[in-house]
Amino acid sequence: METLLEPLQYAFFQKGLLVASLSGALLGFIGVYIVLRGMSYIGHGLSHSIFGGFAAAQLFAAQFYILGAGLWGIASALAINTVAKKSRVGADAAIGVITTASFALGVALFAKFGTSGPSFESALFGSILGITTEQIIGLLAVIVLTVGFVFLRYRALLFATFDPDVADVSGVKVNRIEAMLMVILSLAILATLTVVGVTLVAAMLVIPAVIARMLTDSFGTMLALSTAIGTFSGFTGMYISYYAGVPSGTMIVLVGATLFLIVLAVTGGRGLKRSVGLDAH
Amino acid sequence: MSLHLWLIKLATRSNVARMTGTGVGPKLIEITGVEAGYDKAVVLHDVNFHVHEDQFTGIVGPSGAGKTTLLRLLLGTVKPYAGTVTNAPDLRIAYVPQLETVNWNFPLTVSECVLMSRPTKRKLPWSTKPERDEVTGVLERLGIAQLADRHIRDLSGGQQQRMFLARALLRQPQLLLLDEPTSGVDVSTRHDILHLLADLHEDGVAIVLTTHDLNGIAAHLPHIVCINHRVIAEGTPKEVITPPVLEQTFGARMEVLEHLGMRVVVDEQPEPRGSVSN
Repeated sequence: METLLEPLQYAFFQKGLLVASLSGALLGFIGVYIVLRGMSYIGHGLSHSIFGGFAAAQLFAAQFYILGAGLWGIASALAINTVAKKSRVGADAAIGVITTASFALGVALFAKFGTSGPSFESALFGSILGITTEQIIGLLAVIVLTVGFVFLRYRALLFATFDPDVADVSGVKVNRIEAMLMVILSLAILATLTVVGVTLVAAMLVIPAVIARMLTDSFGTMLALSTAIGTFSGFTGMYISYYAGVPSGTMIVLVGATLFLIVLAVTGGRGLKRSVGLDAH
Repeated sequence: MSLHLWLIKLATRSNVARMTGTGVGPKLIEITGVEAGYDKAVVLHDVNFHVHEDQFTGIVGPSGAGKTTLLRLLLGTVKPYAGTVTNAPDLRIAYVPQLETVNWNFPLTVSECVLMSRPTKRKLPWSTKPERDEVTGVLERLGIAQLADRHIRDLSGGQQQRMFLARALLRQPQLLLLDEPTSGVDVSTRHDILHLLADLHEDGVAIVLTTHDLNGIAAHLPHIVCINHRVIAEGTPKEVITPPVLEQTFGARMEVLEHLGMRVVVDEQPEPRGSVSN
């Protein structure tokens, strides 16, 4: 017990634990929409793309790198949204090119000019260190925005996710809702980047949502479960990473993956059947 | 207005004036000289078509003839290249999609599915008691209230069709559009759906549906439109289900028989070749 309480005396760990839990919750929450809309790959690409923006922005104005990365992220999110809509065929290839090029640019800039913000490794895999109060406030702001958007537009968002064509003729502004979802996704990735890491964010968007789907047939319940699973993974993963001395993102994802295996073993074929072809349209 | 009151109002109205279904009431949608299609490829030419308040129409035609395009013109999701589509002011349209196009693995219970279409000014995601009562009411009317908490995939084809009808009815539509409502369901379900639609029409909802089923559906409707990239013919089954119209529409010769006052279409048998006569 004392060993468990021991890290809690450090302020950096308290902050880390808080941000990890909130990040897990946010990614688990929004991940439900991402998975059901078949946007997992977009989430993956977007996080890599934001890395490029992050590296470029801190070159010019170190103190505003979050702002720069945010603008870059929103711009690529809207660009991806347009590309994905315009051409179903080849959209994934276009996303692959744009986002990996952006990622490569980020890596090159990091290698050449170094960093004044988070380290290269922590940007990629997440770190418990160096979490600032500003970051916590930013994360809370994104959570308020996301939860507010989903609450106010709950039915319209569900309609547009399940059945965009019919939603469109039923007075739902599908295009506007999709664009807003992309903006929120890029902000969520940005706000959770330092704890979970660029390369592991996509996993935390997908894993809690898939586990939740295996456990329920109701959309509302899936949303609540996925948020809870994300929170648990963030909290537990951060704790373990402290003892294991590895980047926090890796443990957060591994806790999620372990939960997935446990739920798979318990629900068996039924759970698997529920989660197969979730985004089939 | 509550759904219940709306249904009562419709029922009273239909008692006052019995609907004919052939389209004589005020116009809901007017399509004039329309050319339409997708990606610059023209699927429909020179279409003139009106939907009236008391209409119950089946759009028939071969695959790729533009049935769904015409339905989408009415819906407003396809914009015409030429001509005009004019809706009555504040027209409420509801749409029932083809079951094949639905993602059945989506985590959704029947009541969640029905409720999503209900317009709301509420700022909270969860439903209110009156809303839940409304959903129960419409599910009861369609005979699937006991399935409210089931997952959408656990329903039979007919029940799934009823669920989407329930979702559509919650919008209190004046016009109901259905894309192939009976494809992939068995004969008794087809009858059920047809009766259900007839009841709704009786209650004053205008209905337009597409179908490829001439005998099972089209022949039972009060009004049919035959299309093959343009409107070939329009009228009652007696007027429209004739060999010349069918040949123009489907590009194949068909025989039309009369059975208990109904038109029955049979494929014309090709001349037997190489048959041995004794």
